[in-house]
Amino acid sequence: MSNHAKDETVKPAAPRADDAPLLEIRDLAITFETSNGPVKAVRNAHLTIMPGETVAIVGESGSGKSTTALAAIGLLPSNGRVSAGRIIFDGEDIANASEKRIIELRGNSIGMVPQDPMSNLNPVWKIGFQVKETLKANGLAGANSKERVAEVLSEAGLPDAAARAKQYPHEFSGGMRQRALIAIGLACRPRLLIADEPTSALDVTVQRQILDHLDRMTTELGTAVLLITHDLGLAAERAEKLVVMYKGQVVESGPALEILRNPQHPYTQRLVNSAPSLASRRLQSQKAKDALAAAVAELDTPADADTAPDTAGATPADAGHAPSSIPAAAAKPPAASLDGQRKGAQAGETILEIKNLTKVFKLRGALGKSSDFKAVDDVSFSVPRGTTMAIVGESGSGKSTVAQMALSLLAPTEGSILFDGVEVNTLKGKALFDFRRRVQPIFQDPYGSLDPMFNIYRTIEEPLKIHRIGDAKSREKKVRELLDQVSMPASTMHRFPNELSGGQRQRIAIARALALNPDVIICDEAVSALDVLVQAQVLNLLNELQEDLGLTYLFITHDLAVVRQIADHVTVMQKGRVVEAASTDEVFSNPKQVYTQELLNAIPGATLLV
Amino acid sequence: MVMFTLRRFLQLVPVFFGATLLVYFLVFATPGDPIAALSGGKPMAPAVEAALRAQYNLDQPFWIQYGLYLKNLVTLNLGQTFSGQDVSAVIGRAYPVTARLAIMALAIEAVFGVLFGVIAGLRKGKLFDATVLVASLVVIAVPTFVLGFVLQLVIGVQLGWARPTVSGAAPWDELILPALVLGLVSLAYVIRLTRASISENMNADYVRTATAKGLSRPRVVVVHILRNSLIPVVTFLGADLGSLMGGAIVTEGIFNVPGVGNLLYKAIQKGESATVVAVVGILVIVFVVANLVVDLLYAWLDPRIRYV
Repeated sequence: MSNHAKDETVKPAAPRADDAPLLEIRDLAITFETSNGPVKAVRNAHLTIMPGETVAIVGESGSGKSTTALAAIGLLPSNGRVSAGRIIFDGEDIANASEKRIIELRGNSIGMVPQDPMSNLNPVWKIGFQVKETLKANGLAGANSKERVAEVLSEAGLPDAAARAKQYPHEFSGGMRQRALIAIGLACRPRLLIADEPTSALDVTVQRQILDHLDRMTTELGTAVLLITHDLGLAAERAEKLVVMYKGQVVESGPALEILRNPQHPYTQRLVNSAPSLASRRLQSQKAKDALAAAVAELDTPADADTAPDTAGATPADAGHAPSSIPAAAAKPPAASLDGQRKGAQAGETILEIKNLTKVFKLRGALGKSSDFKAVDDVSFSVPRGTTMAIVGESGSGKSTVAQMALSLLAPTEGSILFDGVEVNTLKGKALFDFRRRVQPIFQDPYGSLDPMFNIYRTIEEPLKIHRIGDAKSREKKVRELLDQVSMPASTMHRFPNELSGGQRQRIAIARALALNPDVIICDEAVSALDVLVQAQVLNLLNELQEDLGLTYLFITHDLAVVRQIADHVTVMQKGRVVEAASTDEVFSNPKQVYTQELLNAIPGATLLV
Repeated sequence: MVMFTLRRFLQLVPVFFGATLLVYFLVFATPGDPIAALSGGKPMAPAVEAALRAQYNLDQPFWIQYGLYLKNLVTLNLGQTFSGQDVSAVIGRAYPVTARLAIMALAIEAVFGVLFGVIAGLRKGKLFDATVLVASLVVIAVPTFVLGFVLQLVIGVQLGWARPTVSGAAPWDELILPALVLGLVSLAYVIRLTRASISENMNADYVRTATAKGLSRPRVVVVHILRNSLIPVVTFLGADLGSLMGGAIVTEGIFNVPGVGNLLYKAIQKGESATVVAVVGILVIVFVVANLVVDLLYAWLDPRIRYV
């Protein structure tokens, strides 16, 4: 589709001396003026980018990676400034250059592809206008600017570019918007492109396409790329050199694979160990690990354990292997064996069963005509007690709609949801109220799902109060216990959500979900908004809680890397339908559907051999 | 779009009838006998009184009165005032004056409100911003009649820059001072609304992206911040046009402007249903049309909004 005019239109940037660095950042310090006095966001940062080279800055949010990159294009927020150090672009120090000089450089020497395609295009102007404006600002819009706009857009992989240019951003999908933003970033053939988390807001499969395309274009044009990402796997796959930032400082830098194989700094080591894209197997709780160790010690060979079912905690088939490889053919799905440990006699009992679930939404069309949209189409699966079922799919696959129906927040059009053998759809009054106690949600956005006007105590206590459990005193005790369970200090009780970090808030959301001792917790993208390290902590916590409390999880996510760590069974959804359902190991080692393979291939860093 | 506009015009029909019915009833239910008030409380010859009652249909029950009024309306006969003038003629004299006043007030609001609001929003926390904020707060806090009398005294009487009161023809230049008074409170709101909207949009991601493209600062402000920020302001201004026309009573009173406010006030006092209903009916139409224009402008400013 993106077959138009490649070689004629893509002209490489003017060749310069290849031995001089294109961008050199030395001893950079960036200070923000806040109401509590100056805060140093970046200290002693240094990095070098040669012409045509791709360098990635990796770090968690708040590490100063974006701030460092934005300083290079003079886009620090108004309260931030470069307080020390030099930013040398093509031999010129631009750290404190005049506004006029920076404006000259922006666009035609240094381009930018921003993070969130949804918010980075002005909603009130046509796409073509926003591209043309870039050309115009840099004196590149001649008489044939219309054709040029179409060219630039089709280079970025936008099909039917001339017609698309006349549309508004809201008529574009996320992936198309990001292509438009790439077109804008590269329109004036900059020598350096700053790509700030260019795909982290997109679906994995789209992510891969976009990154591949960006790779191809920048290679053809000879553009150097400064890639900013929190995903170590993605960085290692795309960049020749890595710069790892932590708390405003560069802790490690060097060739990508070297850092991945042999991280020196403790932070980098943690990052490498917890990168979800590099992790290869399901998490095990500490107890399960101990049980396994004991079992392995008792038995002569792991092979024996396989043939001796229901020996206490016998899952050595899974445990004995090196953690770096996916067990080629799992002798036994881990779910069954874990069940054995968790609930004894109840093992394998189905707690949640979805049968032929269908949801049809009416779409409003022109002139009062409405059309049907099947968001969920004949979906069936069942979740055994004490296990984790993951529903995986891209946005629009209907996975969240399934979650909402399972929570009885949305009525299905057809089909049934059986919870502990009882049809959920028909529940009313008291029975529905009881159902709500036993099935609890954790949502994606920990910023949005906690009431900002409630302190943490009130947040966690609220479900207890609604369900009239205990008196004030026993409720307080329960809240303390819950906070302890999610590893938060009891002093957190009197604080408000805005005083906590994203990971801490998600812990509070988990504590709130646990308050009513539910049987099932439905996690709708519960870790997607979190940084890798925090994500790993929360997944570990969820896993420990599952072990201790015998919880059942329905885990909705778009991220297969997360699935591998937490789920026993996987249901892959595409366009409302189930395309594949199997145990996690089967899906990862032997995906049957093309779509599942695509999803697997799209995990950044999946192909890296570390 | 055409369908939407048509539908909105159709909506005018029930709104118009509902409003006239309500207003007619309110005047009917107002205590006091309009005919007795006509003669200033002195006794009137029974025959004269009966004739007057018959002339204005005041001897009929409410529904008949209203029905007769509507019947006349169809033939574009708005009825007569108690002094025997055609209501249409009276309104024809008053409405242009008020329209001039309201349009000028709206222009003052729009131009200065957006201008000051933009500058304050772009320089948030600076001296200009602080001054404008305090000044607008004062204007909002002080009632219109106080502002009106103070400005009349200072500008009209002491400085002599403008006529303290307006002459019978009410030309544009004499209406500047009343228009300023009329628009002042809304001006303060427009400034605050624009300022908030600008300072919010300034931090939008697409503004940063626009800057990263290499655009000059003025272009970023005009093309990427201003248009997006005007959306809520336009809504406010449109809704305000209606209230400016109807709400000019105080201002018209202070500056003796022969406009709709004055006319309406006197007609209500006299219990002249025909005049009151006609004036209010036209105000309702102005209000609905102004809102329609706002909705259409809204769609033009924000392409995400499409009417079908």
